[in-house]
Amino acid sequence: MALPAEASTGFKFDNVKRNQLLGDKGYKLPTATKTGTTIVGLIFKDGVVLGADTRATAGTIVADKNCEKIHYLAPNMYCCGAGTAADTEFTTSMISSQLALHSLNTGREARVVTAMTMLKQYLFRYQGHIGAALVLGGYDVTGPHLFTIYPHGSTDKLPFVTMGSGSLAAMSVFESRWREGLSREEGIELVKDAIEAGVFNDLGSGSNVDVCVLTKGNVEYLRGYSRPNERVFKEQSYKFAPGTTEFIDPAAAQGEDATAMDVSA
Amino acid sequence: MSIMQYNGSAVVAMVGKNCVAIAADKRLGQRALTVDMDFQKVFPVTDRTYVGLPGLATDVKTLSDRFRMRVNLYRHREERVIEPETFANMVSQIMYERRFGPYFVEPVVAGLDKKNKPFICGMDLLGCLNYANDFVVSGTASDNLFGMCESLWEPDLEPEELFETISQCLLNAVDRDAVSGWGAVVHIITPDGVITRDLKCRMD
Amino acid sequence: MRTATAVAAPIEAHGHNHWSPYVDNGGTTLAIAGEDYVLVASDTRQSDGYAINSRYEPKAFVLSNNAVLGTSGCVADAKRLCEVLEQRAQLYQHKHDRQISTPALARLLSNTMYNRRMLPYYVFPVLAGLDSEGRGAAYAYDAIGSMERVTNSCFGSAETLIQPFLDNQVARNNQRGADPERLLTRQEALKIAIDAFTSATERDIYTGDYLEIFIIDAAGVHKETRELKHD
Repeated sequence: MALPAEASTGFKFDNVKRNQLLGDKGYKLPTATKTGTTIVGLIFKDGVVLGADTRATAGTIVADKNCEKIHYLAPNMYCCGAGTAADTEFTTSMISSQLALHSLNTGREARVVTAMTMLKQYLFRYQGHIGAALVLGGYDVTGPHLFTIYPHGSTDKLPFVTMGSGSLAAMSVFESRWREGLSREEGIELVKDAIEAGVFNDLGSGSNVDVCVLTKGNVEYLRGYSRPNERVFKEQSYKFAPGTTEFIDPAAAQGEDATAMDVSA
Repeated sequence: MSIMQYNGSAVVAMVGKNCVAIAADKRLGQRALTVDMDFQKVFPVTDRTYVGLPGLATDVKTLSDRFRMRVNLYRHREERVIEPETFANMVSQIMYERRFGPYFVEPVVAGLDKKNKPFICGMDLLGCLNYANDFVVSGTASDNLFGMCESLWEPDLEPEELFETISQCLLNAVDRDAVSGWGAVVHIITPDGVITRDLKCRMD
Repeated sequence: MRTATAVAAPIEAHGHNHWSPYVDNGGTTLAIAGEDYVLVASDTRQSDGYAINSRYEPKAFVLSNNAVLGTSGCVADAKRLCEVLEQRAQLYQHKHDRQISTPALARLLSNTMYNRRMLPYYVFPVLAGLDSEGRGAAYAYDAIGSMERVTNSCFGSAETLIQPFLDNQVARNNQRGADPERLLTRQEALKIAIDAFTSATERDIYTGDYLEIFIIDAAGVHKETRELKHD
């Protein structure tokens, strides 16, 4: 059965002209949720460790205190996202399904370079308008790999990387303590400290630390590996007595003006 | 002024003990001028899933109709009622489809799933999902609502307690926002059914 | 040859098209007035953009044993305003041979701010003290000296989060059967101030680190410090 136009694929541009007009008329167009983020990755002796904070911001307000920024790509690959939250979410999930199809077609586990190439080609096609800055890590037949992918489609391959608004804080930790041949425990600890540097010193990052360890044939996703920012108990409960809020009883409002004006206080 | 502030709106959803609540103001304005005091911003999706659509009123209308059509298609094709989380993903997909020309709406979904587990989530205008196990807020009074909810909300509220808490959060939030208020509606979704109440509200 | 663009370049490098004398350093201050006390609470984080300048830079200043000035906005302006106000209160003391009363100090602050009508102090202050009858008095201002005596007030980056909460819990708005005139006891006010700040810290990125609470009563000024979240 042919699907109706509603379910067709790809982006739709039918609101673009209208929105442009509204913008030209002086209405400020809203900005999307950004993950003012700290995301990191490093290579250790047996694989890759990825790390991320869990704060999502909308301007100066925290929209989500415990969001997931380490996205699943394939059984042997995960990807941290910074930038426009919706873009990182949808870009990684779309590439994830393409990788699944790719594995089924080839009968092999997908390689990390393949994912990296698919991501960079996709982002380059949109010339930076898709605001996804990614840290891609994985372990495939050729060993551990770690990449950064920028919104315009450029990529880096480095042994330790950071991204997002907290990248400088995190990089200061990596630059002072990363070395070749780190053990698993040392790698996790270094990633945790790097993310916490972002969490505490960058206002765009906060809450918890998520960690993902990728080794040969194994993935360990440590959600909430470190939780240094638990909320303290409130001084008192703010439960209200039943009947505190006045509402319009449909029975009593019969014949009465239901929208009676109250301009007191 | 942002286009999101053109009509004014406030929507909040909260999780209680085996129940969820979703509430919205009822104002429709054109900037500072109030046009309607009974404008619907929360729409039933199924018997136990509701969606709140704060934002530009023209898009509220368009999207509520579009969601209705998609939910009906789903029901016919799948021969079952859509779950709140599935619906949230459907909304998210519809929003992200227009990544480069978005609808100016930041939807909120609240409902009980087939095991009566509470589900709420918010979204930005591009459809980035924000799952929460306490509360989600949206609209022009969202900062005010964040402050209220963060202070007043606590876990395991019974339906009647949840009604008081969500109502107080909404009423006091819209009183400090010039472009929302003028009446409010609260839906408490419980396994036994939905309680809907119109709140008495300052009309200025 | 220096061109216009070459001159403009270093300014644009900072991400600003126009130089502005004003900086918003974030942070929040609130005041709650009671029958025989008044409370001022403010966080101590000082920030600029996404960076924290200091985790402990108090923005509430003790002016005397009967006056505390809570501020928000630009820290440099707030400190200068506080100095000027202290000087002028001192002059008052020398001239009249008595300590300035809280209502008089409140008016003096208003005048001091309005003096700078055309290049205002970027400060949103709340002044707290006991009035001549010994009742708690809080005065809230805008940046150019418009003032109002209030029972509760909140200014700063989490103002929009905290003010509705104070409306609800201090003024008891929207609660059927509650007496909006009843003033809070000291303990009630303290709890509400603390909860207001721990809640605001959760959602406002500019509020956090430490909370300083000043309580003024007939015995003088009493200070309490609490830790807030550091992220």
